[in-house]
Amino acid sequence: MKRVATAKKRIVRVGLASCGIAAGARPVYNFFCSELAKMPEKSFTLIRTGCIGMCFCEPLVEVEDEEGVYLYGEVDLEKARRILEEHLGAGRPCNDWVVYSDVITGREQDYLTRQHRILLKNSGKIDPEDIGSYVKAGGYRGLQKVLASLTPEEVIATLEESGLRGRGGAGFPTFLKWRFTRQSPGAPKYVVCNADEGDPGAFMDRSILESDPHSVLEGMIIAGYAIGSNEGYIYIRAEYPLAVQRLRLAIAQMEERNYLGENILGSGFSFHIHIREGAGAFVCGEETALLASIEGKRGMPRPRPPYPAQEGRWGKPTGINNVETLANVARIFELGPEVYKNCGTEKSKGTKVFALAGKVRRSGLIEVPMGISIREIVFAIGGGIAGDKPFKAVQTGGPSGGCIPASLAETPVDYESLAEIGAIMGSGGLLVMDDETCMVDVARFFLNFTTEESCGKCTFCRNGTPLMLATLDRICRGKGRPGDLKRLEELGEAIKDGSLCGLGQTAPNPVLTTIRYFRDEYDAHINEKRCPARICKDLIVYRIETETCTGCGLCTRICPVQAISGERRRPYHLDETVCIRCGLCLSTCHFDAIITISEGQDTHTADTNANTTTASGERE
Amino acid sequence: MAGTAEKVAYLQPGGPLRERIDQLIRRLGRGQETAIPVLQEIQKEFGYIPPELLPRVAALTGLCGSELYSIATFYSQFRLHPIGENLIQVCHGTACHLAGAEEITAALRRELGIEEGDTSPDQKYTIEKVACLGCCSLAPVITINGETFGRLTPEKAVRLVRGGAGQKKKETQNKKGVEDKAGPQNNVSPQNKEGRLS
Ligand SMILES: Cc1cc2nc3c(=O)[nH]c(=O)nc-3n(C[C@H](O)[C@H](O)[C@H](O)COP(=O)(O)O)c2cc1C
Ligand code: FES
Repeated sequence: MKRVATAKKRIVRVGLASCGIAAGARPVYNFFCSELAKMPEKSFTLIRTGCIGMCFCEPLVEVEDEEGVYLYGEVDLEKARRILEEHLGAGRPCNDWVVYSDVITGREQDYLTRQHRILLKNSGKIDPEDIGSYVKAGGYRGLQKVLASLTPEEVIATLEESGLRGRGGAGFPTFLKWRFTRQSPGAPKYVVCNADEGDPGAFMDRSILESDPHSVLEGMIIAGYAIGSNEGYIYIRAEYPLAVQRLRLAIAQMEERNYLGENILGSGFSFHIHIREGAGAFVCGEETALLASIEGKRGMPRPRPPYPAQEGRWGKPTGINNVETLANVARIFELGPEVYKNCGTEKSKGTKVFALAGKVRRSGLIEVPMGISIREIVFAIGGGIAGDKPFKAVQTGGPSGGCIPASLAETPVDYESLAEIGAIMGSGGLLVMDDETCMVDVARFFLNFTTEESCGKCTFCRNGTPLMLATLDRICRGKGRPGDLKRLEELGEAIKDGSLCGLGQTAPNPVLTTIRYFRDEYDAHINEKRCPARICKDLIVYRIETETCTGCGLCTRICPVQAISGERRRPYHLDETVCIRCGLCLSTCHFDAIITISEGQDTHTADTNANTTTASGERE
Repeated sequence: MAGTAEKVAYLQPGGPLRERIDQLIRRLGRGQETAIPVLQEIQKEFGYIPPELLPRVAALTGLCGSELYSIATFYSQFRLHPIGENLIQVCHGTACHLAGAEEITAALRRELGIEEGDTSPDQKYTIEKVACLGCCSLAPVITINGETFGRLTPEKAVRLVRGGAGQKKKETQNKKGVEDKAGPQNNVSPQNKEGRLS
């Protein structure tokens, strides 16, 4: 898509979402800010943007000139200076650092070209702190259309046509939820945006709110209009200060321009939005707990029905939707329902945003059409496993989800297919695992999380999850007993049946799916007291490879328990009985001379053959 | 830290916190709905919620003390103990766990001689465990006083903390220290030894 050469469009964009800032984008932005001010007038405009999605090579700087777009990755001050001189000054792009471009082929080109960006089309392009930037990109066009020409019923019918399903995890059809809320007797009604994003390893909602907050707010107003509500709440995680700040700013700018407030755009429809910051409880992502928390109570779920659509905030009909769902609503009315209908599978329409992370080479925020295979996400977009290690599994749905083994990598990503294999779509966390990931440890990790986050209301969730955790703990410490797996499975089923809300009902999933697909790894822990991935501390030893050790002595100085001794320039020795396997020497050694071995194996081949698995890491 | 009397004075008419709490009450009304925002405001001021203030807050908001206490203990954001000068949050989200967050915590624990959740005896450091800071691509991640540092190893984490990164030093801030210690790209160490530790 080559652009027509116009002298006007000369822009420098710097990604300033949380991950960019953490990677050091602020000084780069400040640098361009002061340098561009010195350049002849209007040569380049500097724009602060949100997340472009290529988190793996932040900080990102995009230069758009007459030729097209050049996205530079891993820009530090030195690179910034050269980009300024060579590209902006002399018109010679620094091609070596280009990660994506529509003129040349960038280093990480397929990461973006393999995606289908509808929802994220503004992310990384517009200035999230400037409403004008959003409007210019097509923002509020959908809202205007809705307010000027559609009845609430027609809005709901359009949503039905689009096929949009809730992106918060359960995939409930959005049009139905809105229709129920609209038809429920009782007033006033409320709209709630669920921005609690509790899945530990997911950051889709944060990124959308930081990069394109107006989309979500526009979706909320449309929701209000459709269900007959004049008041909305955003319940947002307190851990997301930048998102909160940008939302506040966006709301203020909307009120100024009358996109929000009384008599919006002269339509006669009024809507107000309030922000409520969460206080750090995962269970508050569950809709009834969230409502309790907004009301100022302890966030504990209650039985449904009545559903929030019938009795929500203060007992009034309330439409609760996820951040991504609401942003999708804004797009559907901006671009038309066809854009959604024509994309995805028969039952799962549109696109889904995933937070791709873990042992994948390119991690970040991606948007893909529903129905894409897991393999395509991991390899075509993610660029495969970091360090070319074997691909073992992906985990979706966080603590409620399941692990999908590499052998099922062709599974299409849609609500039904994922549920069929025991995993869930979830809200969009997608963790990639390699052969150095211990599945028993992963199961224990998630269970530890749900145990801590259980609100304590249901006996099975409150007392059952710690029992499962204790069993897993024992297995990881090499104290597993025959019969443990059966016990875990029984307990898991009982907790699923005996819990009121989704937290308890899904908490056993990570354990049950890992037992289902990685049983031999559990067996190795229990029967052979061996951790094939060499993660579980009680089942491994550290050793120094005499052939590789140069005797530099760095490890002896860093070891907190003086387990390493030796003479300089001669191979050192590590005393396994003293070693606490803290990992300090491992991360310090420049020569990879310290290896981990899981007991009960031939020491010489242990490191390379620790996994008795096939090359692709399949264990079935 | 101020003594009980001084803290209570914050809530007297004209006290610095009183105005903010009154504002919240005007906006949200006396009663249940103000509870969480008011507690958040107090924590913002003191870094924790001094339990001795709860009866006063109860009187102001019209909630009973036990109710406030039950809320303050339910939500993990609220602390009822003061924190040290520097708050170190270690992310234990999924990505960070896979990338070796346990080892980071262990190293900091050993270095500072305190458990996760505790404050060092000299009141200088508090280590806290959090779940996902939303920077999973930079895992493992910690924050020091709100500033994020990524792609750490246990050894780098210790060096960051000891080098004063992110810490409140009025004049020089931390710029120098961070750049020298954690590599050229500010907060992120340049090369990550592919999951060696994970
Ligand atoms: C334990 C638990 C945590 C949840 N966390 C979230 C969350 O962080 N964000 C979210 O949107 N939905 C979350 N949900 C799902 C919500 O209950 C609800 O289904 C969703 O907000 C509905 O929005 P949607 O129809 O747009 O998907 C959670 C559910 C459970 C059981
Ligand atoms: S898991 Fe640590 S930042 Fe997300």
